[in-house]
Amino acid sequence: MYNYNEFDHSFVRARVEEFRDQVERRLSGALTEEEFKPLRLKNGLYLQLHAYMLRVAIPYGTLNCKQMRQLAIIAEKWDKGYGHFTTRQNIQFNWPKLKDVPDILDALADVSMHAIQTSGNCIRNVTADHFAGAARDEIEDARMTAELLRQWSTDHPEFQYLPRKFKIAVTGSPNDRAVTRAHDIGLRTIRDAEGRKGYEVLIGGGLGRTPMIGKVVREFLPKEDLLPYVEAILRVYNLSGRRDNKYKARIKILVHETGIEELKAQIEKEFVSRKSEFPGVNPDLLQTIERDFSPPEYDRLSVDDYVSRIAHDPEFREWVKNNVARHKVPEYGIVTVSLKPVGGTPGDATAYQMRVMANLGEKYAHDELRVSHEQNIVLPHVPKAHIPQIYDELTKAGLATPNLGLLSDIIACPGMDYCALATARSIPIAQDIAKRFDHLQLEQEIGPLKIKISGCINACGHHHVGHIGILGLDKAGVENYQITLGGNATEDAHIGTRVGPGFSSEELIPALERLLKSYLKLRKSPNETFYNCYNRLGMDPFKEALYPHLKTKHKERTGH
Amino acid sequence: MSRKYLPKVITSNHLLEGDVIYFSKDGNWVRNIAEAAVFHDPETADARLAEADKQRNIHVGAYLADTRIDSEGRPEPVHFREQFRTLGPSNYFHGKQAGA
Repeated sequence: MYNYNEFDHSFVRARVEEFRDQVERRLSGALTEEEFKPLRLKNGLYLQLHAYMLRVAIPYGTLNCKQMRQLAIIAEKWDKGYGHFTTRQNIQFNWPKLKDVPDILDALADVSMHAIQTSGNCIRNVTADHFAGAARDEIEDARMTAELLRQWSTDHPEFQYLPRKFKIAVTGSPNDRAVTRAHDIGLRTIRDAEGRKGYEVLIGGGLGRTPMIGKVVREFLPKEDLLPYVEAILRVYNLSGRRDNKYKARIKILVHETGIEELKAQIEKEFVSRKSEFPGVNPDLLQTIERDFSPPEYDRLSVDDYVSRIAHDPEFREWVKNNVARHKVPEYGIVTVSLKPVGGTPGDATAYQMRVMANLGEKYAHDELRVSHEQNIVLPHVPKAHIPQIYDELTKAGLATPNLGLLSDIIACPGMDYCALATARSIPIAQDIAKRFDHLQLEQEIGPLKIKISGCINACGHHHVGHIGILGLDKAGVENYQITLGGNATEDAHIGTRVGPGFSSEELIPALERLLKSYLKLRKSPNETFYNCYNRLGMDPFKEALYPHLKTKHKERTGH
Repeated sequence: MSRKYLPKVITSNHLLEGDVIYFSKDGNWVRNIAEAAVFHDPETADARLAEADKQRNIHVGAYLADTRIDSEGRPEPVHFREQFRTLGPSNYFHGKQAGA
């Protein structure tokens, strides 16, 4: 992974000292809140419902074990003993005190981390496929591109005051695990007819109050043109994006209002002038990045014990089936540690659990961990020979829930339990769904299913692209939950369709139970997933399951 | 017909701690809504909010929140968001409900 050079270290330390001074001036009254707020946001510090919240950047979700241990120390020393991993592959601490934040930032700088550009109208942490560098299907490790973009975008003087925040996601695989079609810029590594690597470039994707799927703006961008092209997109957006209305300020609205063809022409024109001026990527720098992301020295250990344990231990077999993905090296697996125990808070890990994961990563998995946008932790390079020990250690720490990609592997934003913007709670809904279907023992039978929950229309919980999406709203002073069906976050990304009126929190779980029991009756075979079944049959039978009284009314009207 | 005016409390977040606080009768800040000053008319509420707003080195973002008066004469929140602010999150016993 990338290692800070002297410049990086001194830059981050200088920012910490600058912020320390700003906090002191705020506390002395020299700075007003109006002056201080944009400064604290530039350092990832929000004021939420019950406390401050510090959002720490984890570039493209990659961290080493020492960094994970430092996050555990921060959780214990300055927070309440846990952290929350987010859909942006970052971590949030929910309870820091203002006076402690400069010390926390110093502790982060000790392990080459920071909270810069995790808030505000700038280019945010670049996200990437959490299986990058390990996935069997990939063309290239997406993190090399993400790191290049990170270096280019960090403190980029031209793009610190964009019309609105700006999110870039990268996948190096045709199977998109990074939701690239729902980002301001999505980059998909592809090959052209001659086999050269480049990118398909999408712009204008995004969720929030106006969900849109990104549109292709360049079918093939040669790799060497990445930075001038992305810079051209940002320049056109910076100049033409709306600043009169924050709800219409994202690039997706510019794409929608200008039209992709016109915008493409503007970007291409800008690109030509940018490219001629652009110094290009320093080949030494690129080589350094490529070296930083070179694969680990793989140990070709015997897989006999692993295979034997699968054969003899049904619980281990179940966990492997769901939580271990194919690695590009046959003797390896990609292990995903579920942060979704039944009844737990999606994405939360205690300091103890962080240390367990750090120890396992160090001992067995080439000192590398990833945060997935689905709020789990990935050990990307694990010799199969070590997977049984890892499973045993995870089990002891309450981290071996075998639910990856299943009903209880729910994405949920913090919602109104923490977030000042939320209109309803998300976490208790996720907990209740997991507990109810655990009680019914239906999760395995239902099979692959993506449930995503947001506590407001800003859609941090990605509800628009959930097979089942749940949106929490405030309906006349009562929490109310709208259901969307048929969303998809992959390379075939699709915005789900709202089914009908919302449900109260008491009505919601029984409604989902009716919906999923009805799916079990409707599917052609156990191999037909909920998503495929929905696409085959359309909305009607599922709507009837959610709103049985509508069916009754229909019968009364038609006699059928 | 105009809507009946709901009694108000002034609430904010503490600058240093970040936690939820309420404006008291004597112009200080307290952590329990039961000790908050209650305003029964818009003129008084707005005047006291302006007063509270001057103390910007103590708190961040004061506003008026609807309340109702319980059987013992103490204010309690009307909206669920304000109710959550008096307690803390529902997933852990943290925040005000834990006395922190």
